[in-house]
Amino acid sequence: MAANPSLNNSPNVDDWLAVDGDGRIHMRSGKVDIGQRISRSLTIIVAEELDMDPEDVVIEPRVTGESPNEGMTAGSNSIEQSGNALRLAAATARHHLLALAAERLRTDASALQLDHGLVREAKTNRTVSLKDLAGGTPFGIPVDPDAAVKLPESYRLIGRAATGGEALERATGQTLFVQDMAMDGMRHARVVRPPHAKARLVELDDAVMQRLAERDMAVVVDGSFVAVAGDDEYAVIRARDQLSNTATWDTGAGLDTTDVFEQLTSNDRASFPVVEGTAVDEPVPAPLEPPDAAATTLSARYERPYQMHGSIGPSAALAIAGENRIEVWTHSQGIYPLRNTIADIFSMDADNVVVHHALGAGCYGHNGADDAAFEAVLVARAMPGRPVLLKWSRDDEHAWEPYAPAMVSELSASLDADGRVVQWTGASYSDAHSRRPRPGANRGGSASFVASVLREGGIEPGPAAPSLIRHGGLHRNLDPLYAFPERRLVKNLVRDLPLRTSAMRALGAVCNVFAIESFMDELAGAAGADPVRFRLDHLGDERARAVIEAAAAGLGWRKSDRTGGRGQGIAFAQYKNAQTYAAVAVELEVDDAAAVRLRRMVIAADAGEVIDPDGAVAQLEGGAIQAASWALHEQVTYDLEGITSRDWETYPILRFDNVPEIETKLIDRPGVKSLGAGEATSGPTVAAIANAIDDAVGIRVRRMPFNADNIMAAAIADDD
Amino acid sequence: METLSLNVNGRDHQVTVDPSTPLLFVLRNHLGLTGVKLGCGLEQCGACAVLVDGVSTLCCSTPVAEYAGREIVTVEGLAADGGSVVQRAFADLGAAQCGYCTPGLVVAVTALLQRSPKPDKAEVVEALTPHLCRCGSHARVLGAVDRLIGGA
Repeated sequence: MAANPSLNNSPNVDDWLAVDGDGRIHMRSGKVDIGQRISRSLTIIVAEELDMDPEDVVIEPRVTGESPNEGMTAGSNSIEQSGNALRLAAATARHHLLALAAERLRTDASALQLDHGLVREAKTNRTVSLKDLAGGTPFGIPVDPDAAVKLPESYRLIGRAATGGEALERATGQTLFVQDMAMDGMRHARVVRPPHAKARLVELDDAVMQRLAERDMAVVVDGSFVAVAGDDEYAVIRARDQLSNTATWDTGAGLDTTDVFEQLTSNDRASFPVVEGTAVDEPVPAPLEPPDAAATTLSARYERPYQMHGSIGPSAALAIAGENRIEVWTHSQGIYPLRNTIADIFSMDADNVVVHHALGAGCYGHNGADDAAFEAVLVARAMPGRPVLLKWSRDDEHAWEPYAPAMVSELSASLDADGRVVQWTGASYSDAHSRRPRPGANRGGSASFVASVLREGGIEPGPAAPSLIRHGGLHRNLDPLYAFPERRLVKNLVRDLPLRTSAMRALGAVCNVFAIESFMDELAGAAGADPVRFRLDHLGDERARAVIEAAAAGLGWRKSDRTGGRGQGIAFAQYKNAQTYAAVAVELEVDDAAAVRLRRMVIAADAGEVIDPDGAVAQLEGGAIQAASWALHEQVTYDLEGITSRDWETYPILRFDNVPEIETKLIDRPGVKSLGAGEATSGPTVAAIANAIDDAVGIRVRRMPFNADNIMAAAIADDD
Repeated sequence: METLSLNVNGRDHQVTVDPSTPLLFVLRNHLGLTGVKLGCGLEQCGACAVLVDGVSTLCCSTPVAEYAGREIVTVEGLAADGGSVVQRAFADLGAAQCGYCTPGLVVAVTALLQRSPKPDKAEVVEALTPHLCRCGSHARVLGAVDRLIGGA
């Protein structure tokens, strides 16, 4: 179990669990809630192991210094890391509590069981409460990595639990988001943004500054970082607009508007061979020659533009700065990395920076949350002791969040005379998929904050260090799970690209799976094979085969009427070739104007032992709907003067008028390692839609989004 | 600054504000009704929907002065007795992930069902299409509406 970094960092039961003076269990986790309901799953795990009601498990707030340091809430790792740690901590606690009770009742621990806050001896019905046994007392023991956990046949909660009480709070407007926080003496703040990331401040308008000063508004200027703060939120918004409209900026040469897809395969780059899913710091081997057995060789290139997280609630944070102390409330997905980066920037002891997690609007990735937190700190430092609630505007969010990188995947493959793949090559190209803030100058580091670059003496972000880890950023799912006898895979981290990028749900797996699974259909076409059959013929993994078969059966694979612009498509991936297996089957219609109407979607997934089926289904479906939106609509646009997709009209996303009927089949595997499900459907959904479009109208669209422009362009290219 | 009379959730309130302030900021910051969400300030996303004289209305950019004398109901105002039938249907079907868009959707569905207790699919889609959700809870929201109209 040493493989769990969460237990390495926080090895003691007291890091995770406590019995309070009333005998209730308090649970700590370093993984934060971002709409994925991880707290619910973790509560179920603890309540199951300790035979409590979930309602009697108190979830402690996530705050640095108190919560276990579990790094980022990312990569669908929370169940495998926090869930595994809490399960073992609770199992260790259970054995400890039973031993204490055995001593107290002068009996053998094997005669005892936990029962809703009591320890009970079955044959005598004698009991002792957790309160009397351990209330308010630390456990004082390490988590036993080999502690015996409950077996599936005795589960009361795992795999059965229903929606928690927080659902009604959300529906009644009682849930407090960071945007809703209020404190005595609090000032609202907004940021005055440059026209684009390369522009620098020349001057602010004196007359406007004078008027704002007379109205007790504070303007904070640090190099080209400009913010305004005041007591009334709307007055602050108007002040921001006045400052924006009158400021003078040196816009330099503007943004680089060379076609990004051209840049991706022609700019300088760092290239690495990828072996068994891991990038290796060695020279890239020479391209493969098609083998003797090759009867046909195909190649194709797939493209994803810059896309954005697009949270419905713009990023926000509350900060208070005092003498050598900073306290921040943020919806960042990494409270410890954020704390350490802020401490590093101001040369403070990390213990003097306290970062609380607070709920934000969902998006699944590194959006503006960390930037807003740092900007709130910058404003708060200018008015010590006063709480500052800084919010981004819609325009800030659309134009300044770190985007999902534009990406290209180039594939080629050879089929033998029997239509089997005998050789596969893949090369993917993009900017870095993670530039989350971290202390130190490199790995994005503190320069990953927009404001760090803009401040006086600002730090320019250096070239991103490549992630070489197994299925890291841009080579995530570059290596197909299929049983191909020979393969050559290359990761290309491309330099000098125009826009700031970071992590968005599923990272490189979106474009890689879009490419692999589109290409599998193209190869099936060349082999004259049915796409489902073709996949199964190249897959030995039974769990992989099972989800493909279940999704195909659920949709009624190729049994429905597919004339008149209707079609069906399927796609599959196992996330990181190690986590949840997911197949997505789609039925859709393409109209005469090349608009795609989604009709039905069937998801089949295997996430091992499912803790919270309702939550897992919500994650799989939500991921699929977000991916359908990327597939059909989304593209960041920009010109010399800056980002031009700055609201929901210029950056449309999927709306309620194009939501398919969705059915999700979970293949539960009790007793088999539980896996995160939040990113499993992202790539397969995009590819399934592309494949269904091809089935519907015979047009192979290889550039996202699949809007009318790109479908028409693909139709013309097919004719050439 | 002006003093205006606003009827919110069945009660009259006197607020002294710059009359050009959009209603949303008055509800949130003067009356503490933070269930009303700011999403865009452009009436493009639906997070700020409230009932105005029974009609679902986006209130993030229209000045508060235009709402004087009208009956305004927020998501909090629908929540008497532990939640309205619409709110309970959303909760029962897990029709929210982060929940930021949920108040606006609850308001839209409430207004729809008051106007048309048995809406057809096209009416439901028309009522919900002004609302964005980024977590992808759409299918569950539609499921909640189906349950409310007895279709499922």
